Amino acid sequence: MHVAGTSSNRNQRKLWHFHGGLHLPDHKSMSMQRPPVEAAHDDLLVIPLQQHIGEPPEVLVKPGDKVLKGQMLARANAYVSAPVHASSSGTVVAIDEQPVPHPSGLSATCITIETDGQDKWDDCLPAPIRDYKNCTASELLERIHWAGIVGLGGATFPSRVKLNPGANKPIDTLVVNAAECEPYITCDDALIQSHAQEILQGIDIVMHILSAKLCLIGIEDNKQDAIAAIQQALSEHESDNIELVVIPTIYPSGGEKQLIKILTGKEIPGNSLPADIGIVCHNVATLFAVNNAVSKGHPLISRMVTITGEGISKPQNMIVPNGTLISSLIEQAGGYNNNVNELIMGGPMMGYALSSDTLPVSKGTNCILVTQKDNAVQNIPTPCIRCGKCAEVCPALLLPQQLYWYARARDLDKVQDFNLFDCIECGCCAHVCPSHIPLVQYYRFAKTEIWAREEEKRKSDIARQRHEFRDARLARIKAEKQAKLRKKKEVLEKKKAADVDPKKAAIEAAMKRAAEKKQKLQEEGKIPANTENLTAAQQRQIDEANKRRENSES
Amino acid sequence: MITAILTITALAVLFGLLLGYSAIRFHVEGDPIVDQIDSLLPQTQCGQCGYAGCRPYAEAMAQGEAKINKCPPGGEVTMIALADLLGQDPVALEDEEAAEKPKSVAYIVEEECIGCTLCIQACPVDAILGAAKSMHTVIIDECTGCELCLPPCPVECIHMHPLEDHISNWRWPYPEQEAPPIAAGSN
Repeated sequence: MHVAGTSSNRNQRKLWHFHGGLHLPDHKSMSMQRPPVEAAHDDLLVIPLQQHIGEPPEVLVKPGDKVLKGQMLARANAYVSAPVHASSSGTVVAIDEQPVPHPSGLSATCITIETDGQDKWDDCLPAPIRDYKNCTASELLERIHWAGIVGLGGATFPSRVKLNPGANKPIDTLVVNAAECEPYITCDDALIQSHAQEILQGIDIVMHILSAKLCLIGIEDNKQDAIAAIQQALSEHESDNIELVVIPTIYPSGGEKQLIKILTGKEIPGNSLPADIGIVCHNVATLFAVNNAVSKGHPLISRMVTITGEGISKPQNMIVPNGTLISSLIEQAGGYNNNVNELIMGGPMMGYALSSDTLPVSKGTNCILVTQKDNAVQNIPTPCIRCGKCAEVCPALLLPQQLYWYARARDLDKVQDFNLFDCIECGCCAHVCPSHIPLVQYYRFAKTEIWAREEEKRKSDIARQRHEFRDARLARIKAEKQAKLRKKKEVLEKKKAADVDPKKAAIEAAMKRAAEKKQKLQEEGKIPANTENLTAAQQRQIDEANKRRENSES
Repeated sequence: MITAILTITALAVLFGLLLGYSAIRFHVEGDPIVDQIDSLLPQTQCGQCGYAGCRPYAEAMAQGEAKINKCPPGGEVTMIALADLLGQDPVALEDEEAAEKPKSVAYIVEEECIGCTLCIQACPVDAILGAAKSMHTVIIDECTGCELCLPPCPVECIHMHPLEDHISNWRWPYPEQEAPPIAAGSN
């Protein structure tokens, strides 16, 4: 094992091993035969809006707008989000749904720019920060956020979030991922060879932001030129807390958790982040982009991309402006060879097949791999023979066979009991499977099913809440209506009583008085007849009436 | 003999008091099984089960009055989860056709809407916005696809649109099954 370091760090650093892993033929020399070149600018740049994990940004331009190189096209409003910038000057011709590189082959919102060929930088870019040491971490984080920097190793998680673990999580070690363990891919190798100095500056800036005491650069020993380049740059570099650690070539040493295990011996518990144990891990390309943003004031608008594979005539690395179509890169790399089998985004182990080459390169595109039919032996899956080879190679110490059975049976609870979400989808298990079972596909299937189920659960909880709220509201309205009606009735009755009372009371009182009088007289035994004490006129009237009655009767 | 009778009586009294006390102390309001069943149902509130919503159906199931196969939006997955929870055997869905429908949301053709508010009153989750004599619209994110707003609409301007696949909700397909084992003795 070969361990190198700066003059002050010559002592041998102990290395650890992660479980499993594979020795794969690396096929890396193919694309390293030619020096990296700047890709020619296309007439059309198709810039996907969502090039990161998190919330989509808000579009700031409209069709017809003139844009300059580096100008912000969409602004990030959420914390976990990243803006996108124009990678060349020109005119916005469309903002619509375009096919983007994604395993689904579906479309997403893209901003299409017709370039004017002048490649003119925006004048309003923020000034370069020459003396970052006098800046606070939040100022530098703000700059990194503005530049739209995301994890360029492929995960595309916004770097600002990763660099801001919070006050309760002190970071002592920055791990720089230069392992580049996947076969064929050489973009980090090429970047290190051409820009080692800038990468070290990026490391200094990030260590300043994190207040980290130590930086470990992990690089596989199959990249001797890059190792030499870093050593050269380190010897000219002033800080002495950056250590280059050459690690043995074994796939997947470039996985975040695996690299941290190799370099520090620490394991990150499931469901937690490296920051929980005081470590932050970044890819070399991300650190290069950080230096560009801080020292030059340039946003992330291009990246190194490997165009390689047996199906390409001139495999090479290219510095590609964001939004360039893959077809154009392939043309610049000499076009396709005969017998092209598949176009793969990413490496042969973790990449996914693309259905077309008219897709744009985005921030997460590290490699375009074109395989040839001769190399692609058709492996037809046969039933599992329970050999257990998958468990032997699993770098996450999982039981791939158990995961397979439960994912196959769509038992989404059981598959989580076996820690499906600790699977990094490295593909080692599927690679060694003698039955050629597409194990990773089963895990990916199970993961997205679980997410979909959780989303459905979340939605149904909201629906239940809304329904209960509606029921409660309807009940409340009904109760209110009834209360109102009752109140109205009461008021009406009261009013009625109040209106009628004086007359009724007078009558009642009079009747009462009369009854009392009558009773009194009765008690005294002298009920007065109304024929007593008649006046003469009254007597006469009575007599006349009696006479009339007699006459009429006779 | 008397000692034995006294001991047993004393124990009976003691445990009786203990049980009586726990019944009061640990009293559970409502029926927890209803909540558990309700949490498995998809909450579309569509009434396709014949009950006035998901909760009434859950209550009926808890009482043993309703079968577990009456929820088309939940489909087979929900039926199996219910069978697991209630310790019953899974049964075929009553309305398999309805269960196979893709998940849809209501869409109001806004030019045709007369603003009668009938659909707003029908929506069980308040997912339709609008006022009398003003155009109505559906909040897509809140729509459960229950179709209860379709019959009340006097101008038939509400249509169901299946939800489109989007990158954010796309799922990896189930891998193709491996070939059957090669029969012994065959070449």
